Amino acid sequence: MRAFSYVSAPDVATAVRAVSETPNAKFLGGGTNLVDLMRENIEHPDVLVDVSRLPLNGVEELPDGGLRIGATVRNSALAAHPLVRTRYPVVSQAVLNGASAQLRNMATVGGNLLQRTRCLYFYDTASPCNKREPGSGCAALGGFTRDAGILGVSERCVATHPSDLCVALVALGAVVEVESTRGTRRIPLTDLHRLPADTPQRETVLERDELITAVELPPVPAAANSRYRKVRDRASYAFALVSVAAALRLDGDTITEARLALGGIAPKPWRANEAEHVLTGARATEETFDRAAAAELDRAQAVGDNAFKIELTRRTIVATLRELTHEGSRP
Amino acid sequence: MTRTVDGEHLVGQPIDRIDGPAKTTGGARFSAEHAYPGLTHAALVPATVSRGRITAIDTAAAAAVPGVITVLTHGNAPKLNPPKRPTPANLSTLVSGTQVNYLNTDEVHWDGQPVAVVVAETSHAAREAAALVHVSYERLPAVVDFAAEEPNAVAQKGNPVMPGSAKKGDADAALAVAPVTVDARYTTPQHHHNALEPHATTAVWQGDELTVHDSTQSITWLRKHLALRFGVPEAKVRVLAPFVGGGFGGKGFAWPGTIIAVLAARATGRPVRLLLTREDVHRAVGARTPSAQRVALGADTGGRLTALVHTSVTRTSRVGGQPEQVTAPAQHLYDATNIRTAQSQTTLDWMPNTSMRAPGDAIGSFALESAIDELAGELGIDPVELRMRNEPERNPIDGKRFSHRMLREAYALGARRFGWENRSPEPRSTRDGRWLVGMGVATAYHPAMQFTANVTVRLAADGTVTVRCGFQEMGMGNATVQAQIAADALGVPFEAVRVEYGDSALPASVMAGGSMQTSTVAGSVLAACGKLTRRLSTLARRTGMQGRTPTEILTAARVPFIDAAVGSDTRLGALAGQARMLAKVVRDQRTWAKAACGAHFCEVRVDADTGEVRVSRWTAAFDVGRVINRKTAFSQLRGGIVMGIGMALFEEALVDRRTGRIMNPSLSGYHVPVHADVPPIDIACLDEPDPTMPLGILGVGEVGITGVAAAIANAIHHATGSRIRDLPITPDKLVT
Repeated sequence: MRAFSYVSAPDVATAVRAVSETPNAKFLGGGTNLVDLMRENIEHPDVLVDVSRLPLNGVEELPDGGLRIGATVRNSALAAHPLVRTRYPVVSQAVLNGASAQLRNMATVGGNLLQRTRCLYFYDTASPCNKREPGSGCAALGGFTRDAGILGVSERCVATHPSDLCVALVALGAVVEVESTRGTRRIPLTDLHRLPADTPQRETVLERDELITAVELPPVPAAANSRYRKVRDRASYAFALVSVAAALRLDGDTITEARLALGGIAPKPWRANEAEHVLTGARATEETFDRAAAAELDRAQAVGDNAFKIELTRRTIVATLRELTHEGSRP
Repeated sequence: MTRTVDGEHLVGQPIDRIDGPAKTTGGARFSAEHAYPGLTHAALVPATVSRGRITAIDTAAAAAVPGVITVLTHGNAPKLNPPKRPTPANLSTLVSGTQVNYLNTDEVHWDGQPVAVVVAETSHAAREAAALVHVSYERLPAVVDFAAEEPNAVAQKGNPVMPGSAKKGDADAALAVAPVTVDARYTTPQHHHNALEPHATTAVWQGDELTVHDSTQSITWLRKHLALRFGVPEAKVRVLAPFVGGGFGGKGFAWPGTIIAVLAARATGRPVRLLLTREDVHRAVGARTPSAQRVALGADTGGRLTALVHTSVTRTSRVGGQPEQVTAPAQHLYDATNIRTAQSQTTLDWMPNTSMRAPGDAIGSFALESAIDELAGELGIDPVELRMRNEPERNPIDGKRFSHRMLREAYALGARRFGWENRSPEPRSTRDGRWLVGMGVATAYHPAMQFTANVTVRLAADGTVTVRCGFQEMGMGNATVQAQIAADALGVPFEAVRVEYGDSALPASVMAGGSMQTSTVAGSVLAACGKLTRRLSTLARRTGMQGRTPTEILTAARVPFIDAAVGSDTRLGALAGQARMLAKVVRDQRTWAKAACGAHFCEVRVDADTGEVRVSRWTAAFDVGRVINRKTAFSQLRGGIVMGIGMALFEEALVDRRTGRIMNPSLSGYHVPVHADVPPIDIACLDEPDPTMPLGILGVGEVGITGVAAAIANAIHHATGSRIRDLPITPDKLVT
């Protein structure tokens, strides 16, 4: 790790001004990813502006029944919040399926959205990587691609987005509030992360000096019957091979509202629009779930040795929807 | 509990480890925790090519980091004697992890070989600077792909302790005519050491006297090796390792970190601490070899084995590494009419492999015990019953007598505790919600050995006993069990015994490895205590104090203490001891087939949709000879099973076949089991002493891991109907 300066910002305005005015400055949340990347000599900020103590750590109910989650709410606090657990269980489950208790106690909601890929080649400074060093090439191609994506990847980059929380939030249509010296803007979470195309180093639509201050969840009636299912190589403390965030609202055996998003398989949290389209209004049967999964995975492509992920994603989607149907139809 | 009722034996009791309080209160000082005035910190710079020549090293940016004292490379490092070729005639040569003369050569032999070291006032400055050292290479063609090299493997030479191959009858001919056969290929990946304590060294030179705190499993041999490399008399070198945070074979040899720390201390004239990062441990400490194995079995319809073929290919390096006895279990486990085992090896531009808990046996038992389960399926015979039908009376290959073998009894005990009779024989026949449930079984087997250790024991007139022996304590509980043994032998309370260990100034001992340390040291402790007892009775007779306590006898005789020694640390004594040791090992191997063995029973749950595996229940019944301490022995056996769960389901070094570079050198990328992966583990031991070993001890360090991966693979097959022959068994292998 290289030496750096550290400042703690007392308020949002000071924080965004500090980063805006200081070349090579970065916001520091819980540090659970950024500090790792600094230790591994992948990130080299000269200045860290600590935003983790900003007064953005509340979870508030909105008049329409939605929730406003402050950007510095710790992951563990979010998962434990009563309104989150009852109205959006998928969010609580997603958080608790990630990392370890110690990391969740440190990690912030805003930081979680901006964590970077765990692609083995991105993490290895001796390997070429277009994300780390634009134009140097992608060593994952032809190498280990078990953790690579099957949707939305490009020839320049096949890395996946590692967040669990984002998958749940994107399924629910979350909106991100962002602050900078130029004012406030609101970005749907589906639009926050970019697909790599030719510029994998640009991972989000945020400017360097823009600070996430809150995430808002709209009211989603289906979310009360929701689930996060994460498939990984060991029982805990591992990134997803495939994850599914799903919510179903049923009227008898008819699906009146469906939310579905996928993790571990794409460069961004993947809202499964095609699958939702098949599900909405259809009967909640195994055949429908199969069709929904097939529609979403129609364009999925294996990269090297990760063909299993297409089948695993299909199975995990179907299994999660099946489970929600059984639970949702209980009196 | 730490006290026993008078007259009751301490041996066998679950006594708390005497080093427990020091560790749980933070009082124990590990090798990277020793403070010295002027202490400096070192960080390694690993090579990023698999084979090549260093053409330039730019250290300017590193040297400019505030706090950096020096950057040592092959251009400016002090000269170091090259390691000698390993030979059993010189123990100091055996502990060299590699044949590379670190920082004394411009040649690179593996991706990860340290090519420079930064010494700085703080560890942060050292690491920051290490990342700024820029090394240029002339790349040379490298052979790094084990799978591609497999066809070029050559036969592995054996030795008296590790036969390379063995043969009885004509197994291939018998296989060709057998009515029921299994013939399958099994593969296991490279596994890395990830002990809780990363390798660490604190090195201090005072003139030509060297003091080294090192996380080693072998203080005696390491001292010899350092004396050789640094050209100083052995008497000037002291190696200390009273606390080692787990070894498992990974700390048995001298790896680059130790040598370079001592070198850096010599170059700077200041004490140096070098604590390897987790990445360093992966790149600069030997790993378990990957393997490709074939097991072919032939049987008659009654399940009697007529043919057993087990062959293996493993990997060594151009710069060292040891063959592993992958097919050893096949030489001992089954009474097949015809047997052939053969081992061959490839040679790669790779870091030498090293011992890792039950080298050879751990991965060999995966293949053999999976194949036996496959044969049971073909025959329609219960896998326990099939094993019992083929349980030998004598060692199958050579007809040697077993010193002790209670595998039948272990199976009976394990099956009863586990409830094996409730298993429905049909695969994929039990379901619990989303989970497919299966039960599996496999045999554990690990050879038992006894070497020699020098020991002194002092019995003082105040009733205290001091046992002095340069053995290693890595968390196994050896100090505790030796205190139990000495207390019993001399008839004193447990608390009266003090054990000094982990210091090369003490009488020389064996390395902690091969599951032999407890029995070896126990043999010498018992012999020394026997001498003391005899001297005590002489004194008692002389003073008319027969039948009195040691304190009373010594007081009456006006003797403050009596000493007894076993072995000698003089040069001649050491040579004689070494010759005696080798002779004894060879004689033992020729006379007896000795081993600890056991039966693993497990239940797994496999998600019917996603292929996720959870081990839900475990019972293991062992024949490990006499159990000296139920708590520490069971803990070692349990630990072996946990490590075996990792081997079965998670552990795999991802070595890029294009570059030979490890791509997952961290605990995030290299998965070991977390708590949620480990079920409650029920351990039972028969506790019957082996007649040929000191106190009947057969060793518990390694037998626990053997057979574990096979038991899990067999249970997964029972749960799902899928047979996975390639470790680790990850979800992708079960969904495609």
